Amino acid sequence: MELAVISGKGGTGKSSVTAAFATLGEKLVVADCDVDAANLYLLFNPEHDTEQVYIGGYKAVVDTSLCSVCGICESYCRFDAIKEVEGKIIISETSCDGCFFCSRICPTDAISMVRSDKSRMYSGSFRNGMMVYGSLAPGEENSGKLVSMVRDEAKRVATEKGMSTILLDGPPGIGCPVISTVTGVDRIIIVTEPTMSGLADLRRVHEVARKFTAEVGVIINKADLNEAMADRIEEWSASQGSTLLGRLPFDRRVTDSMVAGRSVVEMHPDSDISKAINKIWNNLMANGKE
Amino acid sequence: MKIAVASGKGGTGKTFVATNLFNVLSGRGERVTLVDCDADAPDDLLFFTAEKISETEVTHQVPVINKDACTWCGRCSNWCNYNAIFYVPTAKVIEVIENLCHGCGACSFACNTGAISEKPVVLGTVTSFRTDRGYPLVEARLRVNEMSPVRVIKSAIKEAGDNGVVILDSPPGTSCPFIQTVDRADYVLLVTEPTPFGLSDLRQSVETLKTMNKQCGVIINRADIGDSGVKNYLSVEQIPLLGVIDYDTDIARSYSEGRLITDESEIMTGFFAGLADKIISEHGTGSN
Repeated sequence: MELAVISGKGGTGKSSVTAAFATLGEKLVVADCDVDAANLYLLFNPEHDTEQVYIGGYKAVVDTSLCSVCGICESYCRFDAIKEVEGKIIISETSCDGCFFCSRICPTDAISMVRSDKSRMYSGSFRNGMMVYGSLAPGEENSGKLVSMVRDEAKRVATEKGMSTILLDGPPGIGCPVISTVTGVDRIIIVTEPTMSGLADLRRVHEVARKFTAEVGVIINKADLNEAMADRIEEWSASQGSTLLGRLPFDRRVTDSMVAGRSVVEMHPDSDISKAINKIWNNLMANGKE
Repeated sequence: MKIAVASGKGGTGKTFVATNLFNVLSGRGERVTLVDCDADAPDDLLFFTAEKISETEVTHQVPVINKDACTWCGRCSNWCNYNAIFYVPTAKVIEVIENLCHGCGACSFACNTGAISEKPVVLGTVTSFRTDRGYPLVEARLRVNEMSPVRVIKSAIKEAGDNGVVILDSPPGTSCPFIQTVDRADYVLLVTEPTPFGLSDLRQSVETLKTMNKQCGVIINRADIGDSGVKNYLSVEQIPLLGVIDYDTDIARSYSEGRLITDESEIMTGFFAGLADKIISEHGTGSN
C-alpha cells in the first residue's frame, strides 16, 4: 500500500506526522517527495547505499562569439528570458524554460542547451526500514520528474526488501510536485491546522486530491489551538465525503523530539499526541488490508 | 523598493510577517503594495477587508492541430521538448496533451503546412484589490490542477508596479516559483524557525540567494522553541538577524482567525514598524 501525506499549506506538520507514522511499527519504505526542502533524513540519518544523479531541465546558453545579435531568439522566446543588453544577447538562467525553441531557430547556431546535473537522489536504510529522498538543486524546474524518480526507487526498494508499505512525505502547495506525489497512490492523507489559511489551502489541495480514485483522509494538527476552527474544518471535510482521521493536540515535545533527531512517538510514546497518531495509523493499516 | 518575504520551509510565518509589515506601513500612510506570490496557496487576502478592482486571467498558448492539413511529418513532435505532442504516424494519430504543454510556441513554428493554430489556456488569475485603508493588494492564484505557478507570479509582480515599497509574499521552497519571486526583489527577508528542519531549509535559501547576489536578513519566528542551531548559523555566516518573535498563544489565535496582530498589540506594531524602518533605512525605497 502506498500512502501520501500532503497539506496544501506549508508547516502544518506533514513531516512530523510522517516521521511518527514511519517509526511506529512494521518496517516500511519512507520516501521524502518534498524534493525542494527535504527534511526527513535529518531525523532518520539513513545509511546511503546509493546516490543517483538526477539530470534536471535544460537551459539555453549563448556563445557570444557566434552570435550576430539578430534578435530572432528574443522575439520568439515566450518566457521573457532573452534580452539584448548593450549590443549583447543575454539569456536569463532563471527565466529560461528549456524549450529549445531559440537554439533551433538561431541562424548562426550560437545557442546550445545544457543540462543541470546538480540534483541527487539517495536511498538507503534507516532504523525502521528503508528511506528514499531527493535533493533538488536550487532553482531547478521539473521537480515533478524528480518526485516520480523517488517514487519509482521507493517501489523498487519495497519489492527488493519485501516491504508492503510505502509512505510518501509530500511537498506543500497544489502544483506539479504535489500532483506527481499523489498520482496513483492508495491513500491520500491531508494534514491541516485550525486556521483560516489552513482551511483555505485544504480546500484547494482537496480539489486536487479528489480528482484521483484514492480515499482522502484529513488530520487536524494542533487542533486545540482553535477548537472552533477545528470544528469548522471537520464539518467541511465531512461535507466533502472525506474521513476525519483524527485531531492532534499542539505539543512542544514534537519539536523537542525533532531537535533530538527522533519522532515524537519514539521520544514520548505515552503522550496524548503519540497515542492519537498510533490510533490513526492502525486505522489506516487496518483499512488498507480489507 | 521590493522586499520579498521568503522561507525554504513552509509554515514558518511568511504570510504572518508580510501581512503585518504591510498593515503597519499602510497604517503610517506610506506608499506600500502587498503582492501574494504564493500562487499555490494564496492566503493574504484572508487578513484584510478589501474590494476587488480588477481581475486578469493569465494564459498560455497551446497548439490546436488541424488533422486535415497535417502531412504527418512529425516535426512538431520532434521540436516539442515536453512530450506534449503524442504522434504515431503509422496509425495517423496526433494529439496534443495540454497538461504537458508549456506554451513555448515551437511546434507551431515548426509546422511547415500551417496545420497548427493556437488557443489560450488559463493558468491562473491575477486579481487587484484595494484594502479598506485604500492600499493595493495583488493576488496571484494558480488554477487548481494546473502545474506551474511561474507565469501567474510574474504577471502579479508586473501588475503591482514599482510604487514605494512593494512586499512580495513568496512561495516556499527554493525552486522556480521562489526564484521568480526573489529575482525581482531588492531585499529578501527570510523567516525561519529554530528547528533542525528550519535550519536545513534556511541554509538552502541562503545558498540560493548567494548565487543570485541578493541581500538578505532573517527573522526567527517561534524563537523560544527548538534549539540554537539557527542563531549559530547566522553568526557564522554573518547574516543579520533582524528580529525574533517568541511563540505566543495570542498571536497563534489571532492568526488562526484571520486577524492581524498589529491591529491588536502595540508591542507587535512597534516590532514590525522597527523592522520596516531598519530595512528601508539601510536599503532605501528606490528600485534597483
